Amino acid sequence: MSENAYRTPDSDTERSIVSVGTEAPAFTLPTTPDQSVSLDDFRGQPVVLAFYPADWSPVCGDQMGVYNELLAEFQRYDAQLLGISVDGVWCHDAFAADRNLHFPLLADFEPKGEVARAYGVYRDDAGTTERALFVIDGEGVIQWNHVSPVGVNPGANGILTALDDMQGEGEEAA
Amino acid sequence: MARSSAVELTLPVDSDRDHIQGPVDAPVTLVEYGDYECPYCGQAYPIVKEVQEELGDDLRFVFRNFPLGDMHPHARRAAEAAEAAATQGEEAFWEMHDYLYEHQDALDDDHLVEYADEVGLDVEQFEGELAERTNEERVQEDFLSGARSGVNGTPTFFIDGERYDGEWSAERLTTALRERL
Repeated sequence: MSENAYRTPDSDTERSIVSVGTEAPAFTLPTTPDQSVSLDDFRGQPVVLAFYPADWSPVCGDQMGVYNELLAEFQRYDAQLLGISVDGVWCHDAFAADRNLHFPLLADFEPKGEVARAYGVYRDDAGTTERALFVIDGEGVIQWNHVSPVGVNPGANGILTALDDMQGEGEEAA
Repeated sequence: MARSSAVELTLPVDSDRDHIQGPVDAPVTLVEYGDYECPYCGQAYPIVKEVQEELGDDLRFVFRNFPLGDMHPHARRAAEAAEAAATQGEEAFWEMHDYLYEHQDALDDDHLVEYADEVGLDVEQFEGELAERTNEERVQEDFLSGARSGVNGTPTFFIDGERYDGEWSAERLTTALRERL
């Protein structure tokens, strides 16, 4: 798909987002000062991985707010939503409390952006991640990805369509 | 299964279901997904009025609910209240819709009932629907149709079924709508 290769603004380097059909890079990241989450924890269920540039910026707030309202809908697919940015755990903690978020926010904080780099969605110039979405199946394979312009909030329609498609395939296989 | 995410309205405007202002056969349609407690929607409220005035009979305006309940604790109840007003007629819906946006700072249940009285609703029926949560499902149906259509915050506008990502000042919105004429 066209989003697989893109140019980062202010640079000539073309970066590649890990593509659909490949194994999602493994990670373990802190979500709170004393808890961590690994991708492997969710084997057997779909994972929605939402990279966003920063806690507190208005567009992200809306995006995470919309996903938060859709948790029940994601649960219908048995899907786990994970937000991820380069902010630290204390920042995530305050942000999640302020916005009443009920899903884990992962801190890709040290080494900074390591996981984002592994997924090909780190922006060197800004020092943040892209606004990028991945839907990963229960086997750990990426089934859908999408990079939005940083200023454009992608909404949830692509995620829901990807989850529908995966469920459809599962039913066909069964 | 990569599929580009089309940012289009998945639930077409339906005059039997939707709350509509303006002629059914108007040449351009503006759909808003809004939240009664959202300050940005509050800012958009007079702007939409201005745009409606500008375009007159060329515009069909549709309002659908997109309450962000975790952020705005009264948003769902307020949406249900507007739908409860709709049970008593489309005109009652729009009066309630306007009243809610004009009183965004007080949307708890007691105030909702007071507003129902002020816009002249059958308060007993209104209170009954609010207590029974008669319109909860309808509000959720709106919400999910928005999520499926790429609503990414509130307010989100669609012009002739396509998400409008531009600035929503009266001037910009009017220009974008006029381009469709």
